[in-house]
Amino acid sequence: MHKFLSFMGNLGLLVLLAVVLLIWTQLPLPVVAALGVLLALWLGLTRRGRQTLSVTRVGVSTLPQRLGASSVIVIGIAGVVGVLVAMLAMGEGFQATLQQTGSNDTAIVLRGGSAAELNSVLERDNIAVIEEAPGVARGADGKPLASAEISVVANLPKKDDPTVDANVQLRGVGEEAWALRPNVKIIQGRRFKPGLRELVVGQGAMRQFAGLEVGRQLRLAGQEWTVVGEFASGDSHDSELWGDMQTVASTYRRGSSAQSVTVRLASPQAFNTFKAALVSDPRLKVDVTTTREYFSKQSEGLTKVIRIVGITVGVIMAIGAIFGALNTMFAAVASRAREIATLRAIGFRGVPVVVSILLETMLLALLGGVLGGFITWLIFNGYTASTLGSNFSQVVFQFKVSPQLLWTGIKWAMAIGFIGGLFPAVRAARLPVTTALREL
Amino acid sequence: MKYLHLIWAALFRRKTRTFLTLVSIITAFLLFGMLDAVRTAFDSGSKSLVGVDRLVTSSRYSIIQSLPQALLSRIAGVPGVRDVAYANWFGGIYQDPKNFVFSYAVSPNYLDVYPEIRLSAAQRKAFDSTRTGAVIGPTLAKKYGWKVGDKIPLQSTIFPQKNGSKTWAFDIVGIYTVAPGAANGLDQLFLLHWKYFDEANLYASHQMGWYIDRLSNPAQADQVSKAIDALSQNSDHETKTQTEQAFSASFAKQLGDIGLIVSAIMGAVFFTLILLTGNTMAQAVRERTSELAVLKTIGFSNRSVLSMVLVESVLLLLLGGVIGLGLAALLAPGVSKGSGGMINLPSVGVTSWALGVALMVLIGLVVGTLPAMRAMRLNIVDALAGR
Repeated sequence: MHKFLSFMGNLGLLVLLAVVLLIWTQLPLPVVAALGVLLALWLGLTRRGRQTLSVTRVGVSTLPQRLGASSVIVIGIAGVVGVLVAMLAMGEGFQATLQQTGSNDTAIVLRGGSAAELNSVLERDNIAVIEEAPGVARGADGKPLASAEISVVANLPKKDDPTVDANVQLRGVGEEAWALRPNVKIIQGRRFKPGLRELVVGQGAMRQFAGLEVGRQLRLAGQEWTVVGEFASGDSHDSELWGDMQTVASTYRRGSSAQSVTVRLASPQAFNTFKAALVSDPRLKVDVTTTREYFSKQSEGLTKVIRIVGITVGVIMAIGAIFGALNTMFAAVASRAREIATLRAIGFRGVPVVVSILLETMLLALLGGVLGGFITWLIFNGYTASTLGSNFSQVVFQFKVSPQLLWTGIKWAMAIGFIGGLFPAVRAARLPVTTALREL
Repeated sequence: MKYLHLIWAALFRRKTRTFLTLVSIITAFLLFGMLDAVRTAFDSGSKSLVGVDRLVTSSRYSIIQSLPQALLSRIAGVPGVRDVAYANWFGGIYQDPKNFVFSYAVSPNYLDVYPEIRLSAAQRKAFDSTRTGAVIGPTLAKKYGWKVGDKIPLQSTIFPQKNGSKTWAFDIVGIYTVAPGAANGLDQLFLLHWKYFDEANLYASHQMGWYIDRLSNPAQADQVSKAIDALSQNSDHETKTQTEQAFSASFAKQLGDIGLIVSAIMGAVFFTLILLTGNTMAQAVRERTSELAVLKTIGFSNRSVLSMVLVESVLLLLLGGVIGLGLAALLAPGVSKGSGGMINLPSVGVTSWALGVALMVLIGLVVGTLPAMRAMRLNIVDALAGR
């Protein structure tokens, strides 16, 4: 009967734990702050609370004696939070780079059914129709703000290992491209001149590939090209080389066709007019999306994979860390069994004992979470990496350790600390006073 | 060996602690098993021994540039080339853009150049004689439940047919098997006839994506690839010929440095693990101070006490590690299935097991050394007195 009761008690504890964790993951910052304030009030104002506080103080003051064991909790949790935050920061950085590339007031037109520019073809007469469609903004000279573009993949040696070639996207752009994307700024040299085999290089591509310095010559598709400038855009265009549309098309024997048309809309609301006009035009068979949607979609797949992998690895590591914390706290409770029993004998109740051990573990966990998050931020914030994008060429992006991610990491740390502390705490409270007092 | 029961008893002296430590070790090696499997899968393309006699000739400027048909007979004429096959990227999707199918339009002799793709003679005959026929890999067939005789509509993301439709219908005429040791991913190809593709598609005419050159002697790979590239030098379709391993390795590298990510994670995991088990072992020895002193009193030598503690820690690691790696081997197919094909986790290979066991022994020795030294240096009198 006794065993049965204890079993049911543990089962109840597990159910409670699951519910608490479920709620915990959903809690926004203000609610957590409110909970913290409530806890502080309880600790400071009630009798039980003050008891808890004094028991906790005893526990914390003995921490230096258990330095090795306590550091298992701190470092274990720091590892979990570090890996989790780094993986999520990678996904977030990739997503942010692509999402920034798009906006709601520019639209991209591709041949129907092409998921990426690389697969699309638009003929010359189609391009003219698209550029003159209603809803397209016009520049000061009355010309539509539209750029028919061609996007090919070139093979260039990487900077860190010149024996390895990687794909880089070479974009042939029209004259309006600069007005279309005002965030693209020349930071070195000058723009290419239409009609010449000149290139400007994005700062990301400049970092990744060898031989792209301003003034250098390189061979693309059998022709000599000169790099005349470097540009910065802060988005995925940073990974590209830009040249004149007509020149790129003739070099790659594309005739008068293009692959995509990007237009500036008169206003974000004009998108529906623009789309309706193109979709209903019997001469065209095209897909029209805002560039924001287009680039968000490109980041979807990889971001999802990174998230799944990151969370799977995080969960497995968290399980390991929980058992590490359990181990440490059980040992801590065992070594303080007499002390705890004495407290209970002189009138302390179960709640202060349970809460104080929980507090101690969560304090260590918080320390681990902060440490892990800080180290990750130190190493990985702004760390540059690259991968194959949907246009079959390298996309350079930066890891982004955002405050939200750090907050997620701390939440994980607190959850691990909570589980790791709960069972030892309950055991400490349940220990029969007389047995514990007799123990050596 | 005769002390095994003693070590075993010491290991399970504190069941809770040993159990908790074991779970931590299990999770660490579970993670190791899965991540190392991913890493080896990425490496396998460049290490596979099957196909050392094949070179890949593609455009030097970029993978999306195609090559003229005229090169075929010229490459075949290069001394040392036994056979030339060619293929073109089809870019097929099935019903939804998420269901990407690795589909190539291939030359009639493609299957001869890839002997590790095994197709029964009857199905081979059917493939050769069916214009719209296709042969598919076993994994692909299983994924969508395709059978021989099915008519499968694939959409090409790149090539519309002459009538403007992007949907191509194929008859599945064969499902091949893959010889062991073949490169990863070969079991999920969708191969269709280049001839049908070339005649029916709107754009590319008589163009090949890449050539596969089979060598008479793999040792000549270097000079043959130079000779092939010399054929097109200074033309508008210069080529780059490399071994198939180098070709696939360059793809894996472009995806990102998987090896670096994996070793960074494993570094964090094992650092924590060493700390954790080290702490456990230190506790275990500290608790047993008086017992160890008794052992020494009744005549156990310093060396045997040292090795007993070391073996205990190695045993702990091995126990947890083997369970963890075993779990990884069991779970890997489940994870692949659960992710809906997004993540294809291969099973734990022999090299991963070997590396894993080596790591277990190494970590066991590392964490055991300090406590074992402590145990060895115990002064019997002090230890018995509890000082």
